[in-house]
Order: sequence, then C-alpha cells, then structure tokens
Amino acid sequence: MRYRLHECRRFRVAEREVLFLVPSHSIFILDELAAEIVRLVEEREALSISDILRHLDGHRSSVESMDTIRELVSLGILQPVAPPINLLPHPVPPAALPLRTLVLNVTNTCNLSCGYCYEYGEDRLSHSPPRAMSWEVARRAVDFLFEHSGQSDRVSLTFFGGEPLLNFKLIRQTVDYAEQRATELGKHIDFSLTTNATLLTRQVIDFLAEHRIGVTVSIDGPRELNDRLRVFPSGRGSYDVIAPKIADLLRRHTTRPIGARVTLTSAVREVERIFDYLIDLGFHDVGFAPVTTAVGRDYALSEEALAEVLQQFEILTERFVEAALRGSYLGFSNLSDLLWELHHGFSKSYPCGAGLGLLGVSPTGDLALCHRFIESPQHRLGTVETGVDGRRRTAFLQAAHLSRKTDCHTCWVRGLCSGGCHHEAYVRYGDTFHPNLHYCDWIRAWTEIGLRAYVRIMEGNPAFFDRLEGRKSP
Amino acid sequence: MKHVQALNRKARMTEQKIVDGDDVVAMQEQQPLPLSCTTVFDPGWEIDALGGMGLLCQPMERDLYACYNECWWPAQLPDQMVNYPDWSEKCASAVKDWRRLDLIFP
Repeated sequence: MRYRLHECRRFRVAEREVLFLVPSHSIFILDELAAEIVRLVEEREALSISDILRHLDGHRSSVESMDTIRELVSLGILQPVAPPINLLPHPVPPAALPLRTLVLNVTNTCNLSCGYCYEYGEDRLSHSPPRAMSWEVARRAVDFLFEHSGQSDRVSLTFFGGEPLLNFKLIRQTVDYAEQRATELGKHIDFSLTTNATLLTRQVIDFLAEHRIGVTVSIDGPRELNDRLRVFPSGRGSYDVIAPKIADLLRRHTTRPIGARVTLTSAVREVERIFDYLIDLGFHDVGFAPVTTAVGRDYALSEEALAEVLQQFEILTERFVEAALRGSYLGFSNLSDLLWELHHGFSKSYPCGAGLGLLGVSPTGDLALCHRFIESPQHRLGTVETGVDGRRRTAFLQAAHLSRKTDCHTCWVRGLCSGGCHHEAYVRYGDTFHPNLHYCDWIRAWTEIGLRAYVRIMEGNPAFFDRLEGRKSP
Repeated sequence: MKHVQALNRKARMTEQKIVDGDDVVAMQEQQPLPLSCTTVFDPGWEIDALGGMGLLCQPMERDLYACYNECWWPAQLPDQMVNYPDWSEKCASAVKDWRRLDLIFP
C-alpha cells in the first residue's frame, strides 16, 4: 500500500517542524525523523513503506523509522492513497439545535450618524420607520429563548440597536424578567450590550454593573480618529461626549471586563496606536473589524490598507506573545479569539452561529439570521410569536454550508473562516452565500501568524491557555 | 508518541483515541458537520449515504481523477505517466475546473 501526506499546512517555528492538519485542526510538532519522512512523502506524492525506508538516510535505524511511520499513519498524517470513504450523511444540522443566544434590537434608531454604519449608512438592508421594541415583544422574546434552549443550561441575551440605551427602560425591565425566569427554570443567563457610550449615566452604569452585563463600546480611538466617522447628525464628533462617560464606566463597572470595538476604515487604520490608546484608557480588550461595505465606498479599506493592517496585527501579535511568555495578558481580542479556536482545534462548517444557535429579534418581534440582518425581508426566519420558520432555516443552512462554497474547497483555513460573514457577503456581492473572496489572502496570512504565535506560547508557557480558558468561559 | 508531539486539544484527543484503540479516521473530518458527503475523488460512489443523489453536492466529473490514479475505472483517459503529463495542468481544482479536462487527439 502506498501512503500520501494528509492535507495540512507545514511551517517552522524556532527550529521546530509544525504541522496543522486540515480540516481536523490538530496541531503536531514533528521530531527530525518524522519531519524527514513527511518531507519525503510530500516530495514524491505517494510512497510505500518500503520506499520510505529505502529513501531515508542510511544512518537511520529501521526500527526507529518504522515506529515513526506507524505514529504518522495512526495519527492520520500519512494516509493510504485510496482511503476508506467516510460517508457522513446529512450536512445540515438537526432542527432541534438548542438556541444559545438571542440578540434583541431594542430600537432601530440611533443618536449618532456614523457614515459607515451597516444599519444607517449607504449599505443598509432595511428601510423601516424608526421603532422601539415594546415590553410585550421583549417578554415574548425572553420566553422564546428559554423555550428553545433545550438541554443547554446557559443562555445569553444581547441588547443591540440602533443605540440600545435609547430604550434603557425596556432593557431594565427585560433583565429583571429574564433573571426571574432563569431562576425559576434553573438556568444561567448572561447579558451583554453594545453601545456608543453617549447615553451612559451613573444610574445606567450601576445597573449594568449590578447585573453583570458585559459591555462593548464602539469607539475608533483618540479624538481625531474617532471623530472622523463617529459623529452626531449635526456632523459634530462624539469623542468629547463619550470620553468622560467611558472613564466613569471603566471606573464603576468592574464586575465584567469591558471591551472596545474599533471599525477600521480608510480614515482609521493605525491599529497599534489605537490599541495602546484604548488599553491606556482602561479597556480590558480591544477588537478590530474592517468596515463592511459594498465595492467603491470611499471609507472602504484598500488592498494596501489591508496589508498595512496585517502588518500592525503582526506587531501586536509579537507583543501578545512576549506578554504571554511572561504570564500576562495583552487584550488584543482578534488574536486571543483565534488562539482560542486553534487551542481547541475547532473546525467549522459555518462561519458563525447565525441561524444555528443564534438569532436576531427586530423591534417588532421578527426573527432574523442575526442582528445584522434584522428587518431585511429576505432574511426573515419567523417571529418570536410563531417561532422559527423551519423550511426557511433549513434552506438557509443548506445553502450556507461550507460544502456549497466550492471556492473554499482547497483552502487550508476553510475550517476556521468557513467563507466568512454572511452579512459581509450580502453587502459585498449581493449574495448571502458568496464566500468573501476579497479577504482570502488576508485570512490565510493572519491564520499563519496566529499558528506561529500559538506554537511559541505552547512551547514557552502552556499554562497561559488555562488562564485564557477562564477568561473565555464566563 | 515518541516522534510526533500533540500540541493542541484536538491533537491530544486524536492521540487519546489511538491509546483507547478507537478509529481516528472519523476525527480527521470536519465534525460534526462534514465538509461534504463524498470526501474523495473516487468513482463508484455516485450515490450518497442514503442511496440517492440529493446529497451529492459535487459534480460527478471530479471522479475523473481517480481514473488515472488507481486505474480501475474502465474509461479511457489520456496516459498521464508517459505521453500526456500536462493533461490536467489547467485543472487546479477538479471541483471548479473540471470543464478544462479536455479531449486528446493523438
């Protein structure tokens, strides 16, 4: 029988040969002999065991070599040329998948007018009139979440908008009700909220802290960067309004780590500088996301800008690794999220939980794939009153499955990226199921940076990941 | 394992499976939702696990590759070993480019 190398990505980190198996996402370190055998088989495409032994240097003991080959074969790194076919039937997950997270769009209005916003900018999907969620809808949504949470004993409720704090009264009422229901049902509920920070008052902050509501603040860095696109309808920048409120939030809300979320645009892309600025303010984590746009918007990131962002990510990665080796944590959440996935070896057929364990709820109670698709008629999946439209959900999951994205089939990061964000694809290509081909090279380069960082930390300070585990699972 | 060190959790799970004497082939696939129903380019599998064609999401033409590889499909394909080594050169990914596998006129 002849053997070939299983699909994988190989690279060297500090003289060590590392192998990332695709799509299982197991990460192995090979010793010199194993690395030599893998190279041999790769160069010659397929070899029998006797061929491998013949090609190996004469000084290798054949007992050692056989042991190594046996290890490589048993781990599936070397595979028979005609492998047994693994017929796993349905690619679509079962309809009874438990619901884990519900995102409530408690209002579809906002007091800012950020030019790039996917809800209000040029690329918005919905043209609904301004609406705030009513108490009836919110209460029904909470019941819906618990009813569909199945065996899972933890559920999450996220408040989103618009600017959710415009409907703070409802948030307060909903949190109280959800906590009461959770206690009655013996489940744990976790809350989070994304805000532009303009409406944070002492009373609001104390409520958030008291109920351990995780807060993410949208902010694009220091004043001159933040105010380029994050503005009030009058055009006035928001920085001077939010700065004292954020200081108050970070001082008073200490029951959960507070994160900052930066949108990268052509005008805002100095990643390292923004990162340092926000960490100095006291944020625990800073995450960066390139703006979602159709082709040709002037705030979109050009290819050169994306390359620059990657470079800056690499610099922050280096700093993250140095900190991790010393046993401390640098709050660069893009990297800590990636390392988390690599550490577990997660391999996904969908990019995110949209339509699986996560749904969005519009102010009127319509269910959507996720918060980004709220009020988009094509992406409606039922209502909190009538439940999920099973046919539409199945059709979505069939079409969105990685196996349908033929462009992705030979890509070694397909199990991490899974074609990328459905909403990004819809805005960019007008097709929810289109792979985000404009990011392919970027994602591959970024994943490799992450893999190298992962190996270095695992080699130097593996206990770091036990601590990360504590942070990632509340 | 002496020569291969498992680094992340998935790798350690694989290793443990071997110690327990379990089959690791299934673990090498994308779980629990597989990448596709027919994971290799091989003839003889033109029906899916349920005996129909509904789950076959790949064009059957991708099976062509198996023909010159293992040579057990009775179709006539160009001899890639000696006379037509470049026959599949323009077909980087059979799934996408199978139309570029052209006829040969000797």
